[in-house]
Amino acid sequence: MPETLVRLDALTKRYGSSRTAGILAVDHISFEVAPGEVLGFLGPNGAGKSTTMKMVTGYLPPTSGTAHVCGLDVTRDPIGVKERVGYLPEGSPLYAEMTPLQFLRFVADVRGLKGAAAKAAIDSAVARTHLEGVLHQTIDTLSKGFKRRVGLAQAIVHTPRVLILDEPTDGLDPNQKHEVRQLIRAMAREGGEAGKAIILSTHILEEVEAVCTRAVIIAKGRIVADERPAALMARSRYHNAVSLALCPPAGTMIFDELRKIPGVREVEDHGTDQTKDGVQVRCTVIPKKGSLIAPEISHLIKARSWQVDTMRVESGRLDDVFRDLTTDKA
Amino acid sequence: MLRGATAVFRRELAGYFSTPVAYVFIVIFLILAGVFTFQIGGLYERGQADLQPFFAFHPWLYLFLVPALAMRLWAEEHKSGTIELLMTLPLSRAGAIMGKFMAAWAFAGAALALTFPVWVTVNVLGSPDNGAILAGYVGSFLMAGAVLALGSCASAGTKSQVIAFIITAVLVLGFLLAGFSPVVDFFRGWAPPSVVDAIASFSFLTRFEGMSKGVIDARDVAFFATLMGVCLAMNAIILEAKRA
Repeated sequence: MPETLVRLDALTKRYGSSRTAGILAVDHISFEVAPGEVLGFLGPNGAGKSTTMKMVTGYLPPTSGTAHVCGLDVTRDPIGVKERVGYLPEGSPLYAEMTPLQFLRFVADVRGLKGAAAKAAIDSAVARTHLEGVLHQTIDTLSKGFKRRVGLAQAIVHTPRVLILDEPTDGLDPNQKHEVRQLIRAMAREGGEAGKAIILSTHILEEVEAVCTRAVIIAKGRIVADERPAALMARSRYHNAVSLALCPPAGTMIFDELRKIPGVREVEDHGTDQTKDGVQVRCTVIPKKGSLIAPEISHLIKARSWQVDTMRVESGRLDDVFRDLTTDKA
Repeated sequence: MLRGATAVFRRELAGYFSTPVAYVFIVIFLILAGVFTFQIGGLYERGQADLQPFFAFHPWLYLFLVPALAMRLWAEEHKSGTIELLMTLPLSRAGAIMGKFMAAWAFAGAALALTFPVWVTVNVLGSPDNGAILAGYVGSFLMAGAVLALGSCASAGTKSQVIAFIITAVLVLGFLLAGFSPVVDFFRGWAPPSVVDAIASFSFLTRFEGMSKGVIDARDVAFFATLMGVCLAMNAIILEAKRA
């Protein structure tokens, strides 16, 4: 069992008075995060992601339960926890009237970094977030992408072992999202197994596939899944499904033929297109749970000499799994 | 206990000067102080080498100027969400409160110090009791601190700087009027003398009057110090209440 950097013990937050029941925003959430892990914390808006992160970072007091960071209990030693965590709050709030350099100096100052140590720490954070060009511009005048990078630089200036990022790519354009993800991946690799634990919340599922080693999904304040992204995708009805675009000879009942293959659950019709080779049919063949149907389908296609334009085996669709897990809970 | 106070102090103080707030405040403060002293107070006409007319208007000047220095202290943090950033840095709440308060107080002190030409003027024209003038400055500085502490406390409870300003100005007005003769007379008409005295004892006007004339009474100093302490403790309670 490797050392754990973050441990949540039945962490619970109830808003409003306990007599009137109030709103149970976070309901006994427990999990552990080991060094080297990048944990994607998923859930619909209002599921309790931000509230959970605010409790782990010591901003909100839990109603019951607690969280440990590097062995320190956040309810007993909040300052000790804050020293060890780098935190990007939701929306990356910043002091708009300061320049990134002034802001990072302030953060380094509060974190007890002085003189040459502070300078080295700031230089390193600036280099990793590529802020060199805007250091002397007021934060107010920066683009959203730069502002987010300032927020990230602030979170890593003291090289914390635990990074907690609340929706680090929310509201950014695709290029900026890509940059931020690259940054997170780079930070995750630093130090390898003895390295950092990163928790990031998101509702963008591609992000989980792109950067996370593990995904925890919560809905209505409770954990509904805690798996590797690949395992999560395997839950999808599209896992090992085969998407086809082909031009069969006129009059062929290809859906009927495909449905006859053992292991096929259903065929989704995606419509037809007129091409120079005739009518192109697009569909996705969905397997029964656990069946592998790709070989049978290619066998059928070869046997009938259908002209295939594309054939792709799907690994699964996270949004599909996400919807299943987060909506049908009573 | 006060962990993070110096870092917050430095940031806040620099913050005043990175926006026009500092310059606008200082210029308006100095102009008004001058107008009140020379035009309305009649410093020259009185023919006395002291700063009575200068200090006499400070309570009224502070009524609407100093709350403007305090209004953004916490309201701005609530509004922009930086409160979450600040409170997840390894500093204590008391440190953050003191850092902010001391920065505002130091700034007010700097503005007050920039009125030194008035002091130079009376020294050129006559030979005033400089000890008394120093006492007046100390009193004025203490009163500014009390207003700022009230303002910081009001600012902690709201996202809106305007609301923080209005609440502070109304509170300060209350503390001023408590010793204003028409108000005291009004209470004297029907309330028992002990109540009238109690109300008057909370007045910035009576507390400041002695010091502006050169008498530093420990009770007056204790009054302002206690008021600051109570307000800043309330400030901490309000922040804690807003957190949960």
